[in-house]
Amino acid sequence: MKIFTVGLFKRREIVAVDDASFDVEPAEFVSLVGESGSGKTTTARMILRLLQPTSGQVICEGRDVFGLKGIEESKSYYRTVHGIFQDPYAAYNPLHKIDRVLNQVFELTGHSGAERDGLVKEALKEVGLRHEDVLGKYPHELSGGQRQRIMVARCYMLKPKLILADEPISMIDASTKASILRLFSKLRDEHGTAVIFITHDLGLAYYVSDEVLIMSQGSIVEKGSPDDIMNHPQHTYTRKLREDIPLFYRKWPGF
Amino acid sequence: MKKTALLEAQALKAYYSTRQGYIKAVDNVDLTIDRDMTLGLAGESGCGKSTLMNALMMNVKPPLHLMEGTIVLDGRVISKMDRTDLKKDVWGVLVSLVPQSSLNALMPTKRIIDFIKDVIHHHTDASDSEIVSRARKRFEELNLPVDSLSLYPHELSGGMKQRAVIAVSTLLNPKLLIVDEPTSALDVSTQKQVLRMLVDLRKTGIIESMIFVTHDIAILRQIANWITIMYAGKIAESGPTEDVLFEPKHPYTISLTSAVVTPEPEVRERGLASIPGEPPDLLDPPKGCRFYPRCTKAISICRSVEPPLVKTGGSQLVACHVASGGG
Repeated sequence: MKIFTVGLFKRREIVAVDDASFDVEPAEFVSLVGESGSGKTTTARMILRLLQPTSGQVICEGRDVFGLKGIEESKSYYRTVHGIFQDPYAAYNPLHKIDRVLNQVFELTGHSGAERDGLVKEALKEVGLRHEDVLGKYPHELSGGQRQRIMVARCYMLKPKLILADEPISMIDASTKASILRLFSKLRDEHGTAVIFITHDLGLAYYVSDEVLIMSQGSIVEKGSPDDIMNHPQHTYTRKLREDIPLFYRKWPGF
Repeated sequence: MKKTALLEAQALKAYYSTRQGYIKAVDNVDLTIDRDMTLGLAGESGCGKSTLMNALMMNVKPPLHLMEGTIVLDGRVISKMDRTDLKKDVWGVLVSLVPQSSLNALMPTKRIIDFIKDVIHHHTDASDSEIVSRARKRFEELNLPVDSLSLYPHELSGGMKQRAVIAVSTLLNPKLLIVDEPTSALDVSTQKQVLRMLVDLRKTGIIESMIFVTHDIAILRQIANWITIMYAGKIAESGPTEDVLFEPKHPYTISLTSAVVTPEPEVRERGLASIPGEPPDLLDPPKGCRFYPRCTKAISICRSVEPPLVKTGGSQLVACHVASGGG
């Protein structure tokens, strides 16, 4: 998969993303790290075909995704690339039970009726939920963390080639974040799934990524292996970001 | 003579009444805040952290009820006071709470300075010009841009808004400041600015002590000198920061500290851990120790007898049969 120079101009010419280029290989875990307003989510929306870039291309398996035609090609794209968003509440229809959002996956995968129940339960178990706690409930009856876990469970059922996850675990307790990230890694190892993990948490990105991209004011200012970024940051912005992460074994001077 | 504690809460029970019964969000909690202390309160979401904070300052409104307990703040028994007296003499003056949703605490239609005038008029009969000069002086002291006083909330960034809210809450120099997850919605760089300001509030003597509520242990490592760990409505462990974090005694604290994910070689070496299972339902918590269903070290007594919070050498307190050698 390749993603090329992308540039988006909103009204009043606010440059949200200015010249962001990067590739994601199969089974590669790439983290896109930046502060709010840095253009991370805009980048994600362009990759998911939700926003057309002003200039540049998004290329998936050799094809420009904005050149895909018809429902079939579009469906096939979303079978390949699956998005998870920061606020999963918006992804649910408040009038329908949670079961529906899980069963919708089968419209893309075509699993037979007999396999469906088992897969739903297996997926919920993988994200640390008991099916009796969530099935049959409405979205507002679940916590933000539970709603985020269900979105990850959908990914597990769909097994896309690329997961695009925009702050997918921001509402999940620090004590269980690691287990959800391990699930992404498991999909990567067992099914060759590539992951673009969008986060402001350089600490989390450090542990799970093959490559870390640092984004600031719409541009990717630095990219490298997690160790390079942490131990030898080149850009002043990366250095500042690293210094401002609260550590466990080291205390900030002057605090 | 020993200096008395700033706040002392004993046998606190704060329950929410629901149609299904009481949710025991704070169940028999003792807590002491010394003078010149930053206490970090940590625990998973839903463990009763925020409820405990509201109970401590007597901010209890149905469905939340203070069932039992006494709270003494700076020598005054505030658990016996009614809302009118609390509003007049306690809130904002002795103790201020910056709640979780405080980014929206400012009035969207008022300039910051006009909002400050409203708030201060509730407590004192200071004139407008006195309030303005006091606010300007305070913003300067805390390295906040004085110009921002004449702006509307929407003109401020998230971090600036949060710092302004904290500055307004401490304008009357309350002895105790309680901040509940003040930085969870902020980026790391903005977070550090807010933390720096909180440290300055204590260093300059504007406030005496602070309670910082969060589930981010790494933040507490930076700013707290005492840490209290809460689990399912009860205190699991409490003690000086270094002791609790680097020599945890309670199995829950041990899991919590080993689930910390910070970009450090020590963490990389031990690998990423997370705590299996979910916290119990506080409508019907397990008998005995509330952590035993998730505990790897549980022995038979843990199922039936609730462990008391006892000293384990030094000043560290732990509520665990195994750690305190009982059973």
